Amino acid sequence: MKIIVLVKHVPDAQFDRHLNGEGYTTDRDESILSELDEYALEAALQLAEARGGSKAGNQVIALSMGPSGAVNAIKKALQIGATEGVHLTDDALSGSDAAATSLALAAAVRYLGQSSTVDLVITGMASTDGETSLVPAQLAERLDLPQVTFASSLEVSGGRLTARRDADTSSETVEAPLPAVVSVTDQINEPRYPNFKGIIAAKRKSITTLSLADIGVEPAQVGFAGSWTAVTNAEERPPRTAGTIITDEGDAGIKLVDFLAAQKLL
Amino acid sequence: MAKVLVFIDNPGAAVKKSYLELLTLARSLGEGAVALNGELSDGVAAAFAEYGVNTVVRPSAQDLDDFLVAPKAAYVAAAAETTGAGIVLLDNSPEGKEIAARVGIRLNAGVITDVVAVDADGTAHKSVLAGSYNTACRAKTPVSVVTLKANNVAAEPAPVPSTPETVTVEVPAGSTAAAARITAREQKVASGRPDLTDARIVVAGGRGLDGDFGPVEELADALGAAVGASRAATDAGWISHDAQVGQTGKTVSPQLYISAGISGAIQQKAGMQTSKVIVAVNKDAESPVFEIADFGIIGDVFDVLPQATAEIKKRKG
Ligand SMILES: Cc1cc2nc3c(=O)[nH]c(=O)nc-3n(C[C@H](O)[C@H](O)[C@H](O)COP(=O)(O)OP(=O)(O)OC[C@H]3O[C@@H](n4cnc5c(N)ncnc54)[C@H](O)[C@@H]3O)c2cc1C
Repeated sequence: MKIIVLVKHVPDAQFDRHLNGEGYTTDRDESILSELDEYALEAALQLAEARGGSKAGNQVIALSMGPSGAVNAIKKALQIGATEGVHLTDDALSGSDAAATSLALAAAVRYLGQSSTVDLVITGMASTDGETSLVPAQLAERLDLPQVTFASSLEVSGGRLTARRDADTSSETVEAPLPAVVSVTDQINEPRYPNFKGIIAAKRKSITTLSLADIGVEPAQVGFAGSWTAVTNAEERPPRTAGTIITDEGDAGIKLVDFLAAQKLL
Repeated sequence: MAKVLVFIDNPGAAVKKSYLELLTLARSLGEGAVALNGELSDGVAAAFAEYGVNTVVRPSAQDLDDFLVAPKAAYVAAAAETTGAGIVLLDNSPEGKEIAARVGIRLNAGVITDVVAVDADGTAHKSVLAGSYNTACRAKTPVSVVTLKANNVAAEPAPVPSTPETVTVEVPAGSTAAAARITAREQKVASGRPDLTDARIVVAGGRGLDGDFGPVEELADALGAAVGASRAATDAGWISHDAQVGQTGKTVSPQLYISAGISGAIQQKAGMQTSKVIVAVNKDAESPVFEIADFGIIGDVFDVLPQATAEIKKRKG
């Protein structure tokens, strides 16, 4: 199988995150591989391993679009077990919204499918920076492939995939023929960590760099120019500050109710 | 006047509050039409008239529910073209956002999700980075697609009711060809409590409940609140995954959020820190949740919650 896993290099949520400069884009210092993409990578590795792994010709390609630092997300994916990496990078991509991002990624997936057919594109359920979940659905629309999103389980056999997804009022079983675009939730598996062997092995794995010209996309189709939305203002909310903290001396439940009454919340 | 299209998916016998909020917003932006999927019951037809809907669009095909997202998106895009809509409004559920995503591509339209308000000029407001920024954004395209978070617009009937006309729109052929098929659906049992995403009060429990959600549920019922949970609690199977609040669960911003036996990890905070008032009960004074609590109690949930529940019942008589 040939599986492409989309991985994104995002600001680490453990630190304060900031919007800066033209178009209020996120400041990408202190970035890491989006933790929700680790579930996508794990799902891909499990599918590949069940079919004999890379020795049997299974490919798990970690594809990231982003500035130079994004190569770190790809390196981490290689350490965890992806077989090769692809870095789509071009100054013109900066500021791309979901529509422009999905356009560039769709072109990259088509490019990678020229040598041999891509069976699956797997993504996380959302990026941990933009958090829109728009890109997987838009990618499926652009590639005219079935979309199976928010999968909490995933099985592939005989060229078809079966997945479960949980909606609010029901849970669903869905089926689609391959190739397909799949996004997975954090319920699907327990991602593995890179081990020493993986870290050494990653050094020998190849990372291909692609530019917009390579994938046949015009600079005006992406970035701020090609985006269909624009952020016109961003204001930092004052961080929440701690209020009153009390220690229970046997009557904290009553004090809690007093507080709720004073706030007119009863 | 701008034409606005609202997508309403399987409303059943009565239109739920979040859809009425969409219809109210639509009216404030222009002339409202509805793209309906599913039955047009008498109750739903009456609500459309009451909320001033001009046109009700229905799909030519009946099997949209058999597939995931793609054919619904094709239908909504076709309905937008038929009605000449400049703004397409959807709910902010995961499916609503995904339909919006694909409608955007089909209509070459910018998509803005998680919106809390839309100005008359189309500027949409939303908060990003786990509630740390308030932003304004706009679609640069002739058509814009917006998903509205529940509980941010007050649902209000139109001053004058309308008599909507009904039109049928052809669902584009081939839109099911490359779509995943839903082969089984299991309905979940409803809890009878308010819906988590639009409840006025949420009482949430974490690992500190140690398998017993009773104290959280009883306090929630005394307050008329919804029950939420941390991922540790849902992963342990103490409560259904639907109750999870946080980065990979639901985002809530109620008037009051009571966090009980939850440490307040960054992924949990991401889902609740825009709540108006936050109360935390936790044994450990070092728990990060106390950094954001308006009222914090260092104490045992099994002492504090039942005492508070009893006191509320006493005061309410
Ligand atoms: C990719 C990813 C996504 C995630 N998404 C989410 C998410 O959406 N939502 C979410 O909640 N988490 C999420 N998490 C998990 C998150 O990081 C934390 O692990 C989780 O929130 C911890 O839950 P907890 O606070 O209930 O448990 P703990 O961190 O174990 O905290 C339990 C707390 O209970 C207190 N306690 C114990 N006993 C008592 C008692 N008797 N009385 C009072 N206090 C008591 C303890 O002092 C402690 O502070 C995610 C993690 C990852 C990696």
